[in-house]
Parts: sequence; structure tokens; C-alpha cells
Amino acid sequence: MKLDIWEIYRLMIYSRRFEEAVIKLWDDGLISGEMHLGIGEEAIIAAVVSQLKEGDAMALDHRGTPPLLMRGIDPVALLLEFLGHPQGLCAGQGGHMHLFSKEHLCASSGIVGSVGPAVAGFGLALKSKKSENIAVAFFGEGSMNQGMLLESMNLAATWNLPVLFVCKDNNWAISTKSKNVTAGSLVDRAKSFGIEGEEVDGMDANIMMDVVQQAVMKIRNNKGPYFIQARCVHKEGHFLGDPLLQFHRTTLKSFGEVTGPLMKAMVKRPGASFIKRTKNFAQTLGLIAKSGKQLKKSNDPIVNIQKLLENDKDRIDKIDEEVCNLVDQHIAAAMKIYEGSGA
Amino acid sequence: MKKMTFSKAIESALEQAMADDKNVVIIGEDVHTLRVNLYTRYGADRVIPAPISESSFVGASVTAAMAGLRPVVEVMIIDFIGVAMDGVLNHASKVKDFSGNKWNVPMVIRSGCGGGYGDAGQHEQSLWGWLAHIPGISVVVPSTPADAGGLMLSAIESDDPVIYLEHKLLSEEWLKYLGSGGRETVSYDRPALGIEGEVPDKWEAIPLGKLKIFRDGKDITLISVGVGVHRCLEAAQILEKEGISAEVLDLRSVAPLDIDGIVSSVQKTQNVIVVDEDYKGFGLSGEISAILLENGISFQYGRVCTETTIPYSRKMEDEALPNTKRIIECCKKVLKK
Repeated sequence: MKLDIWEIYRLMIYSRRFEEAVIKLWDDGLISGEMHLGIGEEAIIAAVVSQLKEGDAMALDHRGTPPLLMRGIDPVALLLEFLGHPQGLCAGQGGHMHLFSKEHLCASSGIVGSVGPAVAGFGLALKSKKSENIAVAFFGEGSMNQGMLLESMNLAATWNLPVLFVCKDNNWAISTKSKNVTAGSLVDRAKSFGIEGEEVDGMDANIMMDVVQQAVMKIRNNKGPYFIQARCVHKEGHFLGDPLLQFHRTTLKSFGEVTGPLMKAMVKRPGASFIKRTKNFAQTLGLIAKSGKQLKKSNDPIVNIQKLLENDKDRIDKIDEEVCNLVDQHIAAAMKIYEGSGA
Repeated sequence: MKKMTFSKAIESALEQAMADDKNVVIIGEDVHTLRVNLYTRYGADRVIPAPISESSFVGASVTAAMAGLRPVVEVMIIDFIGVAMDGVLNHASKVKDFSGNKWNVPMVIRSGCGGGYGDAGQHEQSLWGWLAHIPGISVVVPSTPADAGGLMLSAIESDDPVIYLEHKLLSEEWLKYLGSGGRETVSYDRPALGIEGEVPDKWEAIPLGKLKIFRDGKDITLISVGVGVHRCLEAAQILEKEGISAEVLDLRSVAPLDIDGIVSSVQKTQNVIVVDEDYKGFGLSGEISAILLENGISFQYGRVCTETTIPYSRKMEDEALPNTKRIIECCKKVLKK
């Protein structure tokens, strides 16, 4: 089922504008705790969700907003959930990391790697019904070092389950560069289980659409699981208020808090040699510098797809405008209920 | 004496222990940034960043400890111990007994715990009762900066496994990381006595299993750990105005439990309330009632605990976690006032 690229664009920009509105709510203190967004993942999520049929299942990580929104979950219920309201999707009990929709067969978790067992179980149940339905798992590359995910890949392969593993690879596990703690290649890991897989540019909507369409067709034809490693960038870092990104946004204040203790750490005895300490210190500065690359404007699937479609600039803008209006309406509806309840 | 915040006190005690013993190493996710000062000073030989593989690096720390290291393993928040439970339940806790007392596991699992900042029930659990259930494991829950440092030192010096739980409302580091994210538009009910206080110039180990009488009283004993201690102190102040004198015990460690300290206080007051942010069933609150019964004490009993999955909504969460209002109501019920 090849979708029109304009439909993909609409899903992507809708998700982006929705999550930008969520940032505002979080900044205003109306959302508590952490907030992990899917900003930067839109091309991946749109390409996958647009291939799903009724009865397909999704196992979601802590970035569940874009897949649920694109799947057609009530956006106002999502917002009310983030606001901790009893009329939220999960009655205000779950929050953004624990979003569930029984009728859409969608389950989320804040435990890294737990989407592995979740998708295998969904896949098993769907397979037992002899339907064409499939189960999809979204997870970061950091979770590819979690045993339960690797065990589940083995399970999916040996049980020949209708499962699509979607690894959203931004090469950051919170503030760790994933390549520093990850041995070998992720696609090779999948292939070693006999699972077909490939690495793709997850910020190119066209490529994502082709790859996902082929993969989903194979899975529906009872060919067993498939693995996609899609590279992307999280422009908001791991979560809102990401400590590394804060250095780039509020430079002086953040540096002031850390430089004093760091200078002491450079000289206190005992410890590593001064040369080694200088190297350690430089590594930290290097990490902060690297994190800033996430903020580069070109690292953005929305910018990329708009470039692809630039021949019809009017239509790009019109869709954006429609989506913005829609999101404004969602926010207004949610705030009306939220404020009306005296929360 | 000098003043220090809760997080700084832990880091300071860790720093002292690492300087005194080169076998002390830190292992965990993101430790090169979370412990950036120690990482700069010692490098990746002693502050060892790990992939998101809790079952592996917690399990590996058990044998690393058996072979001579003294790992302080960071499991960011205690909820994540679910992934690594095998290392705790079937290995760290068992080696000493299985080896006929010939081999020890001197490791510390350091972890954030507790709620009150709206992160929901997969990130805000306490679990100390669940962990203390296992023979061979000590579980430490400090409530002040001075205790945070002293207990960290004793945890590191212990020859047996210790789980060290730092409440996120007390730790400014964790609260900023997981709660505010640097925002000034959110606020939390943080107890002043717990978040900053006087600490010794040089850290000394506070023995595990020794409770602290935080406040003397004669009518009723309030027992708790972590933030719960501060909620009890607040309740005791309010009760005092109504003519009720409440004694507040800070257990400091759930295992080992200071049985003598508990028994002697309740013998005096004959009324006891356990305030436990961990779950109500099969936990610390029930354990304390059993110990008192075993010691033949006659007493009236109540408990204020978490009884459900901790909800995300701040409003619902405030009602689910033990709060001062619930403690006062429970006191009056027990004292029939």
C-alpha cells in the first residue's frame, strides 16, 4: 500500500506541531515530570503507522505521542493525559510514558527494551488468530543492549512471528554516545538471528516509505520478523530540559554551576595523572560540543520533506496552516476541560 | 562542620571513599556525565560508563566484587532494578551463605527512589521492603545530608551487598534531572531539613541498623524512612499544638532493622504508626507490627502507606503517597481522639 507523500507530510507536520504545543505546556509547568518527545522521528513513525491496518498492534517506548497521534488516538484525550486529568486517555494515571489504548492494541512502557517482549506477545496472539495482522515495536538504539530485547528477537525469529522491529537510532543513549557502549553492528545482530534487516536514513521520508512498505508486505506474507535501523536526530535531546543541550541554550549559567567543582576535580589528590585528567575533561567538553549538533537545522526530517516537496510551496504552507489550526483547537478543547475542572 | 546539600553529601562521601581505597569503582549508565567530577579526576578506569544493560552490569558487579573490587553500581532509579533482579535476588544475596561464609560480595547498588514530582508508577516506586525481604541484602534510606554521606561510607565499607536509596525529593540532582528539567514553573513539597544541612568535615561511617530518634515524645511513636521521616516531623509539630506528644524514629536502614530501638520506643508510648512510602502489603509496616508482637509489647497500631500504583497526576499522586494529613488522621484514630 504505497501512500501519497503529501499524506506522509501531513502526518509528520501534525505530529511536530502537536509536540511543539506539548513543549509549551511543559514549559508552563502544566505537565509534570519528564517529557520525551518524538521530534526528529516523524518520518520513521509516519512511514510505519501509515502502513498499519485495523487489528495491527504497536509496542511503544517512552516516546509514544507521535505513533498514537498518527494512529488516530483522540488528541484531546492525549493532551488531558499529559495534564494529569481524569478525562485523559489513561484517566491521568499513566502520563506520557505509560500510554495505553486497548481498542488500538497499543501499549507503552518507560522501561528501556521492554518493547521487545511486548511486541513478541502481540505478534504471538495475532499469529494465533491466523490474521494478516502484524505487531510493530519502536525503540531506540540504546535498548539494543538490553537483554530482553535481544531475547525477543530470537523469540520472534524462532516462532516466526509477524513482527516489525523499528530501531530509531540517534546514536545517543541519554548522554552516552551509543557507539561507545555498543559492539558490532545492529543490523548484523538481527541477521545473526536470521532476521532480515537494513540500515536506512530515517530522516528521509521517501526512503522510509519504500523500506517500510516492503518490510510490512513480507511480514504480512508470513515471512517472519523484519528489522529496520533508521537513523535520526532528537532535536530536543533525550527529554525536555536535556542537561547536555542546556549548555547550548543557557551557556553561562550552566557552565558556572559545573566549572567550580570540575576545576577542583582537576587537581585534588589522589587521582589520575594530570595528563589523563586533562583528557577526561576534554572528553566531557567534546561530548557537550557533539550534543549541539542535534540542534542543527538541517538535521530535521520536516525540513527534508519540505525540500522534497518545494515545487508546491503553497501546498506545504497550506497543510502546515491547517494542521496548526487543528492543534490550536485541540489545545483549546483540552484547556477548556482542564480549567473547567478547577485543576 | 559545614553545610551541604543531600546530593553533594553523597558525592563528597563517595569522593572520600574513592581516595581512600583504589578498589572503589563506580559503574553505571551515564556516569561520565552524572558523576562528571569523579570522572574527570579518575577517568574511565574507576568511573565506568555502561550500556543500558542493567541485568549484565549489576550481575557483573557481583563477581567483580567477589574478585576484589568494591563497585558502587548505579541503577538510575530503583524501578529499573526489575531488569537486574537476578543479580540481586539469586547472586549478590546468596554468595556468602552458599560459600559457607568464605566469600563476600562488597558491592553497593545506588539508586534514586520515591515520588512526589509526577513521573508515575514506573519511575517513582520505593521498593525497599521488597528488597529487604531478601536475606543477605542491606537496604539503606537516608533522610538528611549528614546521614546520606555517613551511610554511603558505611555502605561502601560493608563487606556485604548494600542497596542505597536516595529519595528524589531530597536529591536536588535527581529532582532537576527527572522532575523540573531546569524549569521554574513547577514546585515540590521538599522538606528543608532533608535537602540541606550540616555535615562533618571528614566523613565517618554511620553503622547500619541503628535508628535515630529524630524527635522525643511520649504519647505515640511515628516510624519512617526517607521523606516519610520529614512528613512525620511535620505531623508531630501539628499534633503538639493539640496536646499530643509524638516521637519520630528515622530507621535509616530498612535492613538491618533496629529492633531494640523500635521496641524501646513503643514500650514507652504504647502507640505506633508506621509511615511507609513503599507499598502497604507484605512490607515494612507489617514487619514492624510482627516484631513488636514477637517482643511481647502491648500497643495500638496504625499505618500510612502507598496502597496503589502511583498515579502520574500530581493531584492523585499526592493522595496516593503518605502525606501529613493522613498521618495526623491516623494518629487521632489510633489514640481515639
